[in-house]
Amino acid sequence: MTRKTRRLWLVLACVACLGAAAALMLKAFSSDIVFFVTPSQVAASAPPPDRTVRLGGMVVAGSVKREKQGETPIARFDVTDGQAAVTVRYEGILPDLFREGQSVVAVGTMHKDGFVASEVLAKHDETYMPKEVAEALKKSGKWDPRFGPPPSAASWNSMTVQDAKKDLAPAGAPSGAPTAPPTSPASN
Amino acid sequence: MLSPELGHYALALACILAAAQGILPLIGAQRRDRRVMMLAPGLAVGQLLALLASFLCLVNAAVTDDFSVQNIAANSAVSKPLLYKITGVWGNHEGSILLWALILGICGAAVAAFGRNLPSALRARVIAVLGAVAAGFELFCLTTSDPFARVWPAPMDGQGMNPLLQDPGLAFHPPILYTGYVGFAVPFAFAIAALMEGRVDAAWGRWVRPWAVAAWCFLTCGIALGSWWSYYVLGWGGYWFWDPVENASLIPWLTGTALIHSAIVVEKRESLKIWTVLLAIATFSFSLSGTFLVRSGILNSVHAFANDPARGIFILGLLAVVIGGSLALFAYRAPTLTAGGLFAPVSREGALVLNNILLCSLCAVVVTGTMYPPFMSLLFDRTISVGKPFFDATTIPLAIPLFIFMGFGPMLPWKRAQLWPVLQRLWIAALLAGVAFAVFTFGMSGIPPILCSALAVWVICSSVLDIADRVRLFRMPLSGSLQRARMLPRSIFGTAIAHAGVGITILGLAAMSQAQHKIVEVPVGTTEHLAGYDWTLTDVKQEPGPNYTALVATLEVRHNGKIVTIMHPSKRSFNSQNQTTTEVSIHTNLLADLYGVLGDKHGTDAAPTYVLRLHYNPLAPWMWLGALIMAIGGALSLSDRRMRVGAPRRAKSSSDTVTTA
Repeated sequence: MTRKTRRLWLVLACVACLGAAAALMLKAFSSDIVFFVTPSQVAASAPPPDRTVRLGGMVVAGSVKREKQGETPIARFDVTDGQAAVTVRYEGILPDLFREGQSVVAVGTMHKDGFVASEVLAKHDETYMPKEVAEALKKSGKWDPRFGPPPSAASWNSMTVQDAKKDLAPAGAPSGAPTAPPTSPASN
Repeated sequence: MLSPELGHYALALACILAAAQGILPLIGAQRRDRRVMMLAPGLAVGQLLALLASFLCLVNAAVTDDFSVQNIAANSAVSKPLLYKITGVWGNHEGSILLWALILGICGAAVAAFGRNLPSALRARVIAVLGAVAAGFELFCLTTSDPFARVWPAPMDGQGMNPLLQDPGLAFHPPILYTGYVGFAVPFAFAIAALMEGRVDAAWGRWVRPWAVAAWCFLTCGIALGSWWSYYVLGWGGYWFWDPVENASLIPWLTGTALIHSAIVVEKRESLKIWTVLLAIATFSFSLSGTFLVRSGILNSVHAFANDPARGIFILGLLAVVIGGSLALFAYRAPTLTAGGLFAPVSREGALVLNNILLCSLCAVVVTGTMYPPFMSLLFDRTISVGKPFFDATTIPLAIPLFIFMGFGPMLPWKRAQLWPVLQRLWIAALLAGVAFAVFTFGMSGIPPILCSALAVWVICSSVLDIADRVRLFRMPLSGSLQRARMLPRSIFGTAIAHAGVGITILGLAAMSQAQHKIVEVPVGTTEHLAGYDWTLTDVKQEPGPNYTALVATLEVRHNGKIVTIMHPSKRSFNSQNQTTTEVSIHTNLLADLYGVLGDKHGTDAAPTYVLRLHYNPLAPWMWLGALIMAIGGALSLSDRRMRVGAPRRAKSSSDTVTTA
């Protein structure tokens, strides 16, 4: 065994292992990546029902309904980014930090009659909004972090310049339809 | 007396001492001036004392509820129990950086104390590198995250600590994990010192390995403790979430595991030297970037502390200097390190090389999975996440060959070996693994768990057989075997125990994939059936706690009519922060965990119903038990006298350095 043949063996082993790792990753990237979607993206084009996605937004105030099917507890709530709302159905215990009017990420699949979550995540820290949700809110123009905390989620589906001045009723049924062009709180 | 200002001053003093520690011994080593080199141990101990004083001041401020200190006001409260006032010191960004620096100081002083048999130039350089790193982080602490900053006017009461963190498991998880992270600074410093000297030899391997093994033991325990905490506190029945912070601890663990194996080859055969130096640099670099990238909020994670751009830039700069500098030195000096002994592909060295390649491939996969989402969002503005499906699909196929080779690797002779005789000695292990495979095929579902548990049996059995073979068990009288066992170096036992620990952890992980659970909403008095157990909710009542009120359920679990346990899962509402936490109740018999969670109360007050989540988690304790056994194996090989009193003499070399006095 000379140095050269040893080096050859080493290189072969490295190439084999790293090649296998790369192949596994590429395969997993094509099937196991979970995309983040906002309710308005879902409204525009729903992801296929076999694709797991993370749906992020704020829980619409007053939208949480709990029911029982046999002994199984089921929670339904609307998640909004201010442009659209999606009804989420979740079997199980909502996390301790789950609150109406606060940010949430639901992991699951989109079906015809709504989003079925397998997991609902609320962050450890109450004041902390998931980065992805904050980004989505900023993009939709509903919130500019420079001007204080996010407005109550209840107001978003109807928040226009005129509406913002009125006393806002909680958002109605999740229509999923985009509302009037959003205005940032700054211009009010 | 122990005022925050004194703490601040002590921290600044530590920073200056660390800077001196980072510069003077290097000059001394370069000029071969023994008097200057001898400053290193004193400076290291001085820096540690200053850091200790600083840390005590912060603890004192926390214990005495000094809310004029901003850090205390933001994270503590009068009503918080004393234990959490103390442990809360490191439960936030500023305090955790100070703890980090303190542990680094302890490492430096430990090298000063235990490194007496090192050549004085090497010791001076190692201590200097540790000092330079410490100076950087103490400067970071002083300039961007001062734990002693005062706030005016001082509030009457603090804002309190996140109740989730008020838990003994989490209280001690950070110090242990940090000791693991920071401990790898010592092998790193050895690697840098070796590059400066331009020589790596068997003696270097022998010096560096105990430090790496010690850090690895702490890191293993720290990861296991964190995982255990999330299992019993978060109440989701999960133990590992592939969260960026968890991955940040797993990545250095993988390279660190590779390091403690490749250092053996350096020590025994003077081979793989360049690779080992690179691994030492990589492990500490991953520890650093793991802790700080995550803590600075660059990676989106539940563990991230408050975000501050100034911190981010300072940290990025520091990381660039430490990692970039060491890699540049490596690139400049590595070619001067001569290649060592030759070996055949089938040999102990070959098996250890394979171990390294597979561990590094695993590491590459975890790094990619962790870093891909932030890069995608930064470069292409697409928000994605990778989770368990991704990591399962990529890590399991790479881990399987690792487990196979783990079985017979330790039995291969050095230099060149024949595979067949070794496999012949392991036929019992192979047979048992085959039987286990057949049994698991009926008892479990899913190919990866079945395969992994069969391989776990293989790993455990071959570790046991290795020892049995070495002591010639049943091939000579028992007293002779015992005599041989006594003569066997402890590191051999350490290896076998650590490998068996890996097997036990894998069995736990594989069995956990077969866990069953059930979520129900029931009134008091209902009985549920899960996994052969009858779970009856007999009572739910309100109970007051020190700083919370709790809703406590009583859950009677019966098996075949006999009562197994009475569990009390509860839900706590904390007054100070308007938060609730879920207190899981776990009953374990070491073969399975019964895990009960109390959810919300629904229905009217007259006829309330409660949401319950019941889990049956087979072999769950084995996951952490295995990790503990791994750490025990590591500790046992640390106690090997060859590691302690070896006091290896360095072979004379042409470019001689200053030798020991």
